[in-house]
Amino acid sequence: MARTYAAHAKPAWQRLLLTREVAVIALLVVVVLYARARVPNFSGPLTLPYLLLDAAPVLLIALPMTLVIITGEIDLSVASVVGLSSVMVGLLHQHGMSIPLAAVVAVVVGVVCGAFNGFLVAYVGLPSLAVTIGTLALYRGIAVGLLGTKAVTDFPDRWTSLATDRIGDTQLPLVVIPIVVLAVGFAVLLHFSTFGRGIFDIGLNRETAHFSGVDVARTKLLLFVMSGAVAAFAGIFYTLRYGSSRGDNATGLELQVVAAVLLGGVSIFGGRGALHGVVAGVLLIGVISSALRLQDVTVNVINIIIGLLLIASVMSTSVLGWVATLRPPGSSTKGQLGSSSAPERVDATSRKEER
Amino acid sequence: MKFTHKRAGALGALVVTAALVLAGCGSSDDSSSSGSTTKASGPISVTFLPKNLGNPYFDTSDKGGNAAVTEFGGKYSQVGPDTGTPDAQVPFINTAAQQGVKALVVSANDPKAICDALNEARKAGTKVVTFDSDTDPSCRDLFINQATAEGIAKVQVDMIAKDVNDAGEVAILSASANATNQNSWIDLMKKDLAANHPNIKLVDTVYGNDDDQTSFDKTAALLQSHPQLKGIISPTTVGIAAAARYISTSDYKGKVAVTGLGTPNQMRKYVEDGTVTQFALWNPEDLGYLAAWGAKALVDGTITGKTGDKFTAGKLGEFTVGDGASVLLGDPFVFNKANIGQFNF
Repeated sequence: MARTYAAHAKPAWQRLLLTREVAVIALLVVVVLYARARVPNFSGPLTLPYLLLDAAPVLLIALPMTLVIITGEIDLSVASVVGLSSVMVGLLHQHGMSIPLAAVVAVVVGVVCGAFNGFLVAYVGLPSLAVTIGTLALYRGIAVGLLGTKAVTDFPDRWTSLATDRIGDTQLPLVVIPIVVLAVGFAVLLHFSTFGRGIFDIGLNRETAHFSGVDVARTKLLLFVMSGAVAAFAGIFYTLRYGSSRGDNATGLELQVVAAVLLGGVSIFGGRGALHGVVAGVLLIGVISSALRLQDVTVNVINIIIGLLLIASVMSTSVLGWVATLRPPGSSTKGQLGSSSAPERVDATSRKEER
Repeated sequence: MKFTHKRAGALGALVVTAALVLAGCGSSDDSSSSGSTTKASGPISVTFLPKNLGNPYFDTSDKGGNAAVTEFGGKYSQVGPDTGTPDAQVPFINTAAQQGVKALVVSANDPKAICDALNEARKAGTKVVTFDSDTDPSCRDLFINQATAEGIAKVQVDMIAKDVNDAGEVAILSASANATNQNSWIDLMKKDLAANHPNIKLVDTVYGNDDDQTSFDKTAALLQSHPQLKGIISPTTVGIAAAARYISTSDYKGKVAVTGLGTPNQMRKYVEDGTVTQFALWNPEDLGYLAAWGAKALVDGTITGKTGDKFTAGKLGEFTVGDGASVLLGDPFVFNKANIGQFNF
């Protein structure tokens, strides 16, 4: 369906380049260039593979999370699904199942976890924040319950080295391939398909989306299923990369994912965001932590810096909005801004009434 | 999709565009063309990577490491995660490899999980010394053993046997369930108890994950579920302090004995108020000190990890590499009311 926004009156290059996503990408580029110039050893050959390996689980899970958050929902159970998937791989391996088969079972478990979240949110109509805080504890509990406080670590070297192997002679780890495939897949789904337009519509206004023919419940269910499946895949990678299957694997990862998604320019209220921004957001956090670690900055300080960056990035939207209202009345800009920001305000109020 | 508020930032976005153009030229990270992987010869850089930061035990051991590194004119640094999980240690090992430090001194959170990362660091030219908690022997060059597992297990069994007059129910409060050293001591203690102390019954083993609050809560739970309990062995410094703290303020004081491995500064109060009569440990400061000298000997090529290799560790004198490329610090030391005043760590 065709929608017209006053903002579309702007030239195409402005619409494409003057976005938050581009700002995040630019910041990423600036930080990389700075680190290469100023941080000792950052330009060494090991930086890129390590950075990608560290960022891979967050990067993977952030892809479906972006779609979920754009519909105005959230999935906080992802890290617990990673833990559960890790435990499944470990337990099944311990009982003699081959790693590929165990991985398939783990992904199926992830799908079931996601479907359970999705069912409660989409068909029972419960708020996703509450549902997934519940399943965060539930899935983690099952994971720790299944394996106890033990760890399975005797994975065959063939599989554990697969997780850290590079593609041919490049410095890129193999895991980049599924990341790129999934990133392209989710980007096409979100930005170039009817399903994706439905996602934005739901985030902007659920009622309107429903009346314009979007199957809101089915869309949400599918997104939670995707989130569960990708989280389970990330869990398999996590297990093999560290060669360790533990119930407490990836505890707290969900917050890193949500932080990266928000840093990438996705609105926590839904209806706004783009995948390239999110990918840049994840990499930005990765590059900053890597550069700071190389300078022996302690982990607490790194957390503080990334926390402040996130707050600054979320605030920048509000500050820019406030600056925009200071423009002299009667300028054409103001008219455009007023009309184009209307849907979000309507959306925010309708949301409050619903809950 | 909306493009609200963006006009306000138009100027900034121009800069952004310019940066993007720059990006096209300069951000191809994967080309290692800069290729500055050469290890500049200079002071021997030694990085200490404890299980987690903010742990008084490792603060002490790393202090010893720092003293040794200063003595031989090297460059010391200490890094580490805030939680004691293996995956949290990996980025720091990677960073050390990137920095091309000469030696990495690690206490492993898991014997296998950090292996790949350690081996990559070794491939990049870093010598890996483990101390306190070992990895698989294939993933490091040298292990500095604080005491033999047999020695540690024996001293703890002897202490609890004395505390409970060689009869009654006892329980173990350990660190994490995957902790390499704790688990091997527990196995040996079980054997020793079964063989030499038939009247002592080990009724439970619980895990406080080396977290003060968790250990405190597990102590409370232990005492509730085993009303006949006469003693708790905690083979970890965090656990024994938490257990002693719980018991010293409860009705169990004087009825339930606490012993295990602790540090004098943490345990002083409980030894003085009678909650704990004795506990054991090696000197972690000496352990870190020895580990740093071991790292230097590896970097210098004085030793390679072969059985029989000898090196001098400053004020501690000469040490010989034993089987499995390990070096033994010495016997555990028992602290009690009479001698605790002489120690400050």
